[in-house]
Amino acid sequence: MAAIRCAQLGMQTAIIERYPTLGGTCLNVGCIPSKALLDSSEHFYNANCHFEAHGIMAEKIKLNWPRMRQRKDDVVVQTCDGIKYLMKKNKIKVISGHASFSDSKTISVSGTNGSKETVNTERVIIATGSKPSSIPGVIIDKKRIITSTEALNLEKVPEKLIVIGGGVIGLELGSVFSRLGSKVQVVEFLDRLISGMDFSLAKEVQRFLKKQGLEFFLNHTVQSAVVEGESVKVVAKNKKDKEVEFSGDYCLVAVGRRPFTDNLGLEKISLTLDDKGRIPVNEHLETAVPGIYAIGDVVAGDMLAHKAEEEGVFVAETIAGQKPHLNYKAIPGVLYTWPEAAGVGFTEDELKAENYNYKTGNFPFKALGRARASMDTDGFAKVLADKDTDEILGIHLVGARAADLIAEAVVALEYRASAEDIARMSHAHPTYAEAIKEAMLDASEKRSIHM
Amino acid sequence: MSIVEIKIPSPGESITEVEIGSWLKVDGDYVQLDETICEIETDKATLPLIAESAGRLKILLQEGETAGIGDVACSIDTDAEQPKINSSPTSSEVIAKSEEPSKRTTISDEASSASASYAAGHPSPAARKMMAEQGATDVSGSGPGGRIMTQDVEMHLQQNQDYSASTTDSKLEAPPPVVSGSRSIKRERMSRLRRKLAERLVAVKNETAMLTTFNEVDMHAIFELRSQSKEAFLQKFNIKLGYMGLFTKACTEALKDFPAVNAQIDGDQIVYHDYVDMGIAVSAPKGLMVPVVRNAESLTLAQIEFEIARLAKRARENKLSIDEMEGGTFSITNGGVFGSMLSTPILNPPQSAILGMHNIVERPMAIEGKVEIRPVMYLALSYDHRIVDGQQSVSFLVRVKEFLENPTRMLV
Repeated sequence: MAAIRCAQLGMQTAIIERYPTLGGTCLNVGCIPSKALLDSSEHFYNANCHFEAHGIMAEKIKLNWPRMRQRKDDVVVQTCDGIKYLMKKNKIKVISGHASFSDSKTISVSGTNGSKETVNTERVIIATGSKPSSIPGVIIDKKRIITSTEALNLEKVPEKLIVIGGGVIGLELGSVFSRLGSKVQVVEFLDRLISGMDFSLAKEVQRFLKKQGLEFFLNHTVQSAVVEGESVKVVAKNKKDKEVEFSGDYCLVAVGRRPFTDNLGLEKISLTLDDKGRIPVNEHLETAVPGIYAIGDVVAGDMLAHKAEEEGVFVAETIAGQKPHLNYKAIPGVLYTWPEAAGVGFTEDELKAENYNYKTGNFPFKALGRARASMDTDGFAKVLADKDTDEILGIHLVGARAADLIAEAVVALEYRASAEDIARMSHAHPTYAEAIKEAMLDASEKRSIHM
Repeated sequence: MSIVEIKIPSPGESITEVEIGSWLKVDGDYVQLDETICEIETDKATLPLIAESAGRLKILLQEGETAGIGDVACSIDTDAEQPKINSSPTSSEVIAKSEEPSKRTTISDEASSASASYAAGHPSPAARKMMAEQGATDVSGSGPGGRIMTQDVEMHLQQNQDYSASTTDSKLEAPPPVVSGSRSIKRERMSRLRRKLAERLVAVKNETAMLTTFNEVDMHAIFELRSQSKEAFLQKFNIKLGYMGLFTKACTEALKDFPAVNAQIDGDQIVYHDYVDMGIAVSAPKGLMVPVVRNAESLTLAQIEFEIARLAKRARENKLSIDEMEGGTFSITNGGVFGSMLSTPILNPPQSAILGMHNIVERPMAIEGKVEIRPVMYLALSYDHRIVDGQQSVSFLVRVKEFLENPTRMLV
């Protein structure tokens, strides 16, 4: 994204990538392949669990896991080709190999075949992303104790999968295998799932995932994970400090990701990392070395592809002398279980912590004609608004297509719309989007009652 | 409650103070929109103060008080209800009178509640970027709830560049028209080019020590030269021998002896050029353009004529690129083609001097004790006195004059 925007702005641009394909985590081993599997597994799950209710009698439904994986791989290849085309179209030079700073204007690239190349440049954007991380006592062997990358390419569907971490990655991949027949147990250190998103979403997500068959063990601190032949034994301590044992044929470690700056030669340009391994940057996303910028997972903030995208465009335009702006509070977070969850702006806990005078509006999907028609009645829309001015402070959705619906909320936040503003805008009927309008009505009508 | 403040309008540029003459309404009266509520006296005339909304009047400046332009003379509470009229006008009048203010009140209510919105002054993402890039602050928003949209930023920038116009754009009442006839005005948006031009011209006036020196040229010799070699020149080079080429040549030759005229200020340094990139002012469809003839000092007359012809054609077709207009070190402008006798050209920044050509008129001249009729052009050289001294500028212009009066001197 940064490269394309740079090229659009007339800069001579090169991109250095150590992997054979461009696109980074998101495209190769993240968002795109996981969504491909989520969609496939959801079809399978629906065929097994919901078709009958719709009056479709399907028999002998069988899973062809290699075929499902192949389709996922095809999607990734198509998307990678799309990126290749975009590089060509924008005349961006693609250099393959591992980049390392020699000095602030020189980058040496070592290719996979041992070749060396030197690139001279005026400006550098570091966008090296992140790698899955682990916790003490758990050593990832990539065979039985695996990360999301390996989970996407498992030889066979596990019978029992232990997921360490109840965040977005753990829940999405947990959902995939649960739908495909695995018994999935999620072990989470905190007392809630998807930390960072509104607590109400966490509760609702936990409720429906439990209904779908996932098991949750909150407040459990994992002590160790040990491979024993064809299985993995995970030991955790619960709230009462009692040891609990889990065993499964795979253990997915989804406890977060660490910024990836290995062998980047940062010491050559005297750049030091912060305590979390991130590259410190100023408000222009420029590092301590003038002309060197950093974006995405290697800098502070949520590790989201769309956050990195905004930052990439921001830096490209900044280099070109423009003065773009970036509103981090209006970058949505999304969870692609089914139903989906998405939120943007302040969470209710954040407002409580600030003693903010706010009000809430809620609307359950159950009451939506559209949701009843599709039998997707789990979920709700929740809006948090300023009690005095009615300004929307946060919107949190869980329900069918929440990930797409959140776009409206982002527009509302960027324009500082009030709950009544959105409530007065027409929303097509019957749609899931009506839940947002109704939640806004709920929020603004309460105001009139109080006044 | 919404209150409209009525300020003392500007009666004219030279007037900074007025006196409150007499209030035609009493404090607390309900006034109608556009009603004259007060008479303001100035040194020159008496002006009416007009109610900008309907509502209850609150007088803030008393009769006889001296007030400055822009002071708040009174306020009008637009929420106040119009008192019932006790006399017995016809029913239609009642309706007309009571409907109108109430309608207006609603509108002004909406407007004022909009500006009081929590989001007033909140820029849209695109507007925020534009504001940051243009360094615009204090932009008032016209979007819902007073939000700032991109067109508000554009409007703001435009107004700031034309602030002098906006100060005279007050609600000043014109004297009663004595002649009948259309008094409609037409407003159109200034083009970006014109705005930029305006901004630059004002900046030059403010930021340089610009003055002009004049001289006259007896064009007799040039006329002779052209009539003698016009045909040959055209045949040989396939282009007409024009005045611009000869004047450019005269300037480039003279500039060699007066480098300060061809220099420019950069911060606290003076940049001298050992070349002349000659800006030639051309009237183009969208306004004045000044394309540049590069290294004019090393070009032959024919080459200069070719280059000027090429650039002028591109200017007329609006095809000039920024590159073709940047970096001139000296400029020539020819107001003579429009009939100008004498003018003081404005510098083309960051250049330090510009030569103004004018029309050629036959004038009586005293030559060797006799009056002769000669074709004469007045020349004007505007220059930046910060780096060009009077002696240099005057001598430069004299040198140009001498070259033009003895063209063989510069062509050999």
